[in-house]
Amino acid sequence: MLLITCPWCGPRDEIEFSCGGEAHITRPSEPEALTDEAWADYLFNRTNPKGPHAERWVHTHGCRRWFNVLRNTATNEILAVYEMGKPRPDGEGS
Amino acid sequence: MRPQRMRLASGGRIDRTRPLSFSFDGTRYQGFAGDTLASALMANGVRRVGRSFKLHRFRGIFSAGAEEPNAIVQLESGPRTVPNLRATQVELYDGLSAASVNAWPSLAVDFLAINSLFAPLLPAGFYYKTFMWPKPLWHACEGMIRRAAGLGRAPMDPDPDTYDHLHAHCDVLVVGGGPTGLAAALRAGRTGARVIIADEQNELGGQLLNNRQQVDGSLGADWVATACEEFVGTANVRVLTRTTAFGHYEHNHVALLERRTDHLGPGVDGVRQRLWKVRAKQVVLAAGAYERPIVFRNNDRPGVMLASAAAAYVNRYAVRPGQRAVVFTNNDSGYAAAADLADGGVPVAAIVDARLEAGDDAAALAAVRDIEVLNGFAVVDVKGRRQVAGADVSILNDEGAATGGSARTIGCDLLAVSGGWNPCVHLHCHSGGKLDFDSDWACFVPGRTPLASRAAGAAAGVFELAACLESGFEAGARAARAAGIKRRGRARKAPAAERNSPAPARRLFHVPSLKRGGEAKAFVDLQYDVTAADISLAAREGYESVEHVKRYTTLGMATDQGKTSNVAGLAILSGVLGRPIPEVGTTTFRPPYTAVTYGALAGRDVGDFADPVRKTPMHHWHVAAGAKFEDVGQWKRPWYYPRADESMQEAVNRECLAARNTIGVLDASTLGKIDIQGRDTVTFLNRVYTNTWDSLAVGRSRYGLMCGEDGMIFDDGVTTRLGDHHYLMTTTSGGAARVMSWLEEWLQTEWPELDVRLTSVTEQWASAGLCGPGARRLMDDLSEDLPLDSEALPFMAMAEGRVAEIPARVFRISFSGEVSFEINVAARYGMALWNALMTAGEKYGITPYGTEAMHVLRAEKGYIIAGQETDGTVTPIDLGLERMVSKKKDFIGKRSLSRSDTAREDRKQLVGLLTEDESEVLPEGAQIVAEPRPMPPMEMIGHVTSSYYSANVGRSIALALIRSGRSRVGEYVFAPLPGKRVMARVVEPVFFDPEGGRLHG
Ligand SMILES: [Zn+2]
Repeated sequence: MLLITCPWCGPRDEIEFSCGGEAHITRPSEPEALTDEAWADYLFNRTNPKGPHAERWVHTHGCRRWFNVLRNTATNEILAVYEMGKPRPDGEGS
Repeated sequence: MRPQRMRLASGGRIDRTRPLSFSFDGTRYQGFAGDTLASALMANGVRRVGRSFKLHRFRGIFSAGAEEPNAIVQLESGPRTVPNLRATQVELYDGLSAASVNAWPSLAVDFLAINSLFAPLLPAGFYYKTFMWPKPLWHACEGMIRRAAGLGRAPMDPDPDTYDHLHAHCDVLVVGGGPTGLAAALRAGRTGARVIIADEQNELGGQLLNNRQQVDGSLGADWVATACEEFVGTANVRVLTRTTAFGHYEHNHVALLERRTDHLGPGVDGVRQRLWKVRAKQVVLAAGAYERPIVFRNNDRPGVMLASAAAAYVNRYAVRPGQRAVVFTNNDSGYAAAADLADGGVPVAAIVDARLEAGDDAAALAAVRDIEVLNGFAVVDVKGRRQVAGADVSILNDEGAATGGSARTIGCDLLAVSGGWNPCVHLHCHSGGKLDFDSDWACFVPGRTPLASRAAGAAAGVFELAACLESGFEAGARAARAAGIKRRGRARKAPAAERNSPAPARRLFHVPSLKRGGEAKAFVDLQYDVTAADISLAAREGYESVEHVKRYTTLGMATDQGKTSNVAGLAILSGVLGRPIPEVGTTTFRPPYTAVTYGALAGRDVGDFADPVRKTPMHHWHVAAGAKFEDVGQWKRPWYYPRADESMQEAVNRECLAARNTIGVLDASTLGKIDIQGRDTVTFLNRVYTNTWDSLAVGRSRYGLMCGEDGMIFDDGVTTRLGDHHYLMTTTSGGAARVMSWLEEWLQTEWPELDVRLTSVTEQWASAGLCGPGARRLMDDLSEDLPLDSEALPFMAMAEGRVAEIPARVFRISFSGEVSFEINVAARYGMALWNALMTAGEKYGITPYGTEAMHVLRAEKGYIIAGQETDGTVTPIDLGLERMVSKKKDFIGKRSLSRSDTAREDRKQLVGLLTEDESEVLPEGAQIVAEPRPMPPMEMIGHVTSSYYSANVGRSIALALIRSGRSRVGEYVFAPLPGKRVMARVVEPVFFDPEGGRLHG
């Protein structure tokens, strides 16, 4: 069970949180202007790296706030926890 | 009671003043406090304790610990029975009753032992080859095979015991309380670090309890007692005995199982087992090592035993494991075992050492006791069928093969074997730790780990006592420091033990048989009867990956998970494939290390505590009225209110008729309610609902549909504008939490700039829904200040006022198609409101109705239920709700509605179905076909989503999702059901008052 540091509540067991999948996927501002392929890419396609992965978590059974986590998927090491809207601290990805 | 004929007169960690009686396979015996079931059986001279899994050969006690593959028992009977326990770990208590698991009908007369004669017909992969195809054969034989497979039986009755969970945090968790773990805990404890030390046995000490080595000049066991005293005086060290660390998870989450009362017998008061969830800053793995066997022909006969286990029985339990021993070893530790046996009254006929030379200290142990040592020899076969009667030995050549030279048979009834040691690397590997190969000892040792965890002592491949103590001491110091403890603490010198001058071990896992076909009786996995021949066969048949060999042969897949067999199996595979052991690799180590009861995993989360129950403020009234309840999410909702001996259908019919002809009243308190405030609420609603919200006036309500971004319906409900920037959203009863989380997610992650605040108010309001022709009259009677006529309070409007003198919000919303008033009051007035309605409504024939009638009434009108008509693959258009989908604005899911698949013309669409036989009620979920055939396969074109008998319509009605359904209106379709085929006409999905005149009333 991961130990996740909520930016507002501090370190808590994973059981208090829910994972919301890959972070930094912005909803297109004009969906109607997109091709089917571009929309499908937003809707369905996610990266699946072995290594650092930026993902969204919510402290479901705590403060109920969302934040981003940079986690190494191979080792489960948590490299960073940062607020929504902030860029990836390692400068990778979008 | 028979005498304990193999018990030594003195010594051991047993209490001879506390005799305990017990029974095994129906025979009564006596043992002593401090015994395990295995040591007590051994004391009574019981050699055969089980039958093997496949071949049903006799098996005897093989080890003295968690690795035991043979002595597997079913403990006790009835609801407290536990299957598949290792007798070597079951502490004896008075009245204990156990049975061997893998013999039918009894251990002595085993019908299935006939399998043994057919052994050549049961090679590796036998079950796969014979029974996976053709399927009918497997079905015919499955029951027989499963029973023959034996192993324990799960209890059939509810578990009467209590279990609990405990969360703990510490700086340093030490797993294992042997010399290494003790040294680590002592050292870390002295720095002031919060330490937990856990050991699976009844007392700390590990191997020091089993042998006669000295620490700091005292007998090991005495030094252990001193260490324990230090722990007692140290508030920051917590000692957990009878506690197994069974899983090591991410970020040093370690799960421990503490057996609190098992050693006292069944039915003792208190918590039987406790699951500890420990979060440790640092972990020291001091779990020790297993001695490993050597594979040779007939190495499974009762009386073949690990050498260290034989010594443990003598030293710790004061039991002679045999009358005359032969020790077969490839390393120095066999000599210490031989010395312990000899000193404990078991004459050692010979030490068979695969090496040409032993270490000086080891050799001296044999020399002073006049034990014959056969250097460069190996045991090649075992005499005796029911138990060991002798060991056939022969000279080994340089390649490790027996030559047949100098062959002789040495009479013995105990063959103690040491093939070296395998560090217990399980916990290290549970969470991504890698293994390195130690070629000196030919064993896997812990390598890199992503966790703040370190192995020490034998668990790290350090097998000498003095080095183990130093390794543990060092690990304790480092762990405390890494956990951030600055103090270094007193007594910084490691406990000392004598240093020996050992000779290296010889790599020998397997002595090939001199007999043709002898490998088929050379057992690698004792519990699942996997032989050296099976592994060779698997390799010859092309199974080269160790994971494949494991599954094909079942090597290591039994309840012992291959603790004594995996490495030997790998070594044999490596030999057949001609690849070095580390290249062959290991199988994966997964938690749990040893089996964990479901009771402990569930803890207190059983029965009433399994899931919270939510009740409305009017719940007790419903109970008193005799309502039958239905679970909706966690809510208990009245399902229907049967009178006298009404059937369910009769009650539902009566409730449905009342709702349309007089007055019905429904407890609607469970409906999800979200209070929404903020200047951007309209913008927000426009984005999350498919329809538009700009024009909604204060005091007016609107029905809304929510989709996921994939365009599929997610939830629905009515939202009312209470003020300029204040709205009340309702959701489905079961979907309230999901919708709340969904809205929060969008607000926080995508649209943080919106000024919108959400508050769940579901439980703050109680709600009673009145409907039917008499509803307005009753409202009139109970309210003075509320406008009730259709001009002032039309359909889809809301007014605030008093109902039965209670402040209320009254909504003209309807889920029945009748004139309706949904009265919301503060939850604490819910019961008062309900009582007032029932009392004042009596003269109008007010009838409470439950969820079943609610479902029928809405289905009569073709109103959908999200989650019943929808299943995550249904769009608003599929349901004929195009009018709900705005063309003007964007909303979540809109773009998906024009994706090629979502825009298809031939999607499943909502229609009504009327069966030809009006009394026939289709089962919900029934598949629909256009062209029925006598037998499947048939092309399915849809399914029934809702189906009821409707008293108001006077016949059965159904809703269904059918491919191109709207273009099929008027056509006939079929539902193939068991034993019959039902024909139905496709109709519009509205069965009652299609014009909707009654709604506005
Ligand atoms: Zn939080």
